[in-house]
Amino acid sequence: MQTLSKCHAETADGLDYPEGLVHGLLDPGCATPALVAGPKGKAADMRFNVYRNNVTVSLIDALAAVFPATMRITGETFFRAMARFHIRNTPPTSPLLFEYGRDFPDFIERYEHAQSMPWLADVARIERAWLDAYHAADAAVLEAGRLALIPPEQLGDLVFAAHPATRIVRSAYPAVTIFSANRASGSVGRIDATAPESALVTRPALEVEVRLLPPGADIFLGRLIAGERLGSAAATASTCCPEFDLAFAIRTMLEAGAVGAIQHGG
Amino acid sequence: MPKLAIHADRSTSGTLRFPAHPIDGLAGTSFKHQHLQSILADGDRDHGFFEVHAENYMGAGGPPHAALTRIREDYPVSLHGVCMSIGGPQPLDKAHLGRFAGLVERYEPALVSEHLAWSTHDTTYYNDLLPLPYTEATLRRVAEHIDEVQEAIRRPLLLENPSTYVLFKESTMGETAFIREIVRRTGCGLLLDINNVFVSATNQDFSALEYLSDYPLEHVGEIHLAGHAEQEDDEGDRLLIDSHDGPVADAVWKLFDLVVGRCGPIPTLVEWDSAIPEWPVLKAEAKAAQAVLDRHAALQRGRMHANA
Repeated sequence: MQTLSKCHAETADGLDYPEGLVHGLLDPGCATPALVAGPKGKAADMRFNVYRNNVTVSLIDALAAVFPATMRITGETFFRAMARFHIRNTPPTSPLLFEYGRDFPDFIERYEHAQSMPWLADVARIERAWLDAYHAADAAVLEAGRLALIPPEQLGDLVFAAHPATRIVRSAYPAVTIFSANRASGSVGRIDATAPESALVTRPALEVEVRLLPPGADIFLGRLIAGERLGSAAATASTCCPEFDLAFAIRTMLEAGAVGAIQHGG
Repeated sequence: MPKLAIHADRSTSGTLRFPAHPIDGLAGTSFKHQHLQSILADGDRDHGFFEVHAENYMGAGGPPHAALTRIREDYPVSLHGVCMSIGGPQPLDKAHLGRFAGLVERYEPALVSEHLAWSTHDTTYYNDLLPLPYTEATLRRVAEHIDEVQEAIRRPLLLENPSTYVLFKESTMGETAFIREIVRRTGCGLLLDINNVFVSATNQDFSALEYLSDYPLEHVGEIHLAGHAEQEDDEGDRLLIDSHDGPVADAVWKLFDLVVGRCGPIPTLVEWDSAIPEWPVLKAEAKAAQAVLDRHAALQRGRMHANA
């Protein structure tokens, strides 16, 4: 139970009524605020509970809408309990609910009851990236034909404009396979993957696409969309990852619509 | 299947504007993205109008804007803000107001509305329409906020009456007196939510009819209808919840008939935001509202002929 002073602030100038209500909205330990009542001397506990319920349930629903695969993995009861903790700790700071849940994957990583699912936070990170891509600005993607026109000796100097939707999510677990199985309709079979996976999230037109990046391509693409030259991005990827295949990485990048126009060089 | 186009931002082209599409005397529905293909396949241009929650279109791009652009080409659109927090004491969020004004400019909606409620305090957004006391101090503050919104959008705002579950001990005036004075001070119009009137009247033990006869009906620019759910208060009496998750209640239809009889066929929206049915079900609710509007429009024409 909270102390009375924390639950109910004084209302002096007639304009601090939110201060009198908000603690009780997210904290069930706070009693019904003294500044509200029912009509004709009626009590206000059940009445105030309508607001408490609206706030908590609608925010849990908002997280459930952003993280459907995460919820499918944990089951609804587990997910809603976890979301309720997160909402109390980290309520939204923007009225745009599609911006909510950015801290949720980190919360999941620390959540004691989710420790047996170490890949769960990364699945949530892919889902958060999916929604960012969904709402990202519309922009043209680089057509494969444009790149074919560039003489091979000039390729290394190219710099690309990042496409606004493109996101890369790296995981030490097979998060892309788990994400894909749980976002698709139909039953989720046994997942045998064990290798680390990185996701490339793009939205070349109106559909968000999530694909598994080949080894080293996460490093290569990450550097490219940060504005590095193609040659130097490829060199770094090769150094970090001996299996890195530049031609395959470029093909994946073009198919996915991961970059915008050529910004420099060519 | 009808396709959506990307890069459909007509306003950036500077010349291509949307058709005007008058909204007078029409009934409409909430626009839900999952209904888009049914609406387009339906191709029923007789359907009145669509209302959208402004916040859902405050992202930079993607499917929401492509869908709304497509809808706006064929139908009048009403832009309904849900979280401006006009009823809160703290200053309006300037970034949010800017986004709201940007949508008004981009989509040229036939109607623009917001709520007499608050949802943000300090930096926390509570995602609910929270109540305020009705006092001189809140009246001044709400009027300032509405002035600020109307200045930003460069047109009158329609202010929606809330559904409430509690009253404030410090309130010094009734809701209708408060709303009447807001209209006088700001020149705003009103969105009369008849379901909210019925819900609040039941919850606060007053007469919906008396509320309506005291309410400045001459300033109503839009009507809302919606379904509600039922719970119990601490005394075991009926407590209605403004849930928007079912058909409009009979009692609300009766009040609607009465209001339209008094103020004529005002654009009317059927809201359905939760447990959303298939498109034909929602469309049928709007048709029922349209029939009421048409009946009163015909009566009105009859009276004008009789007087001519």
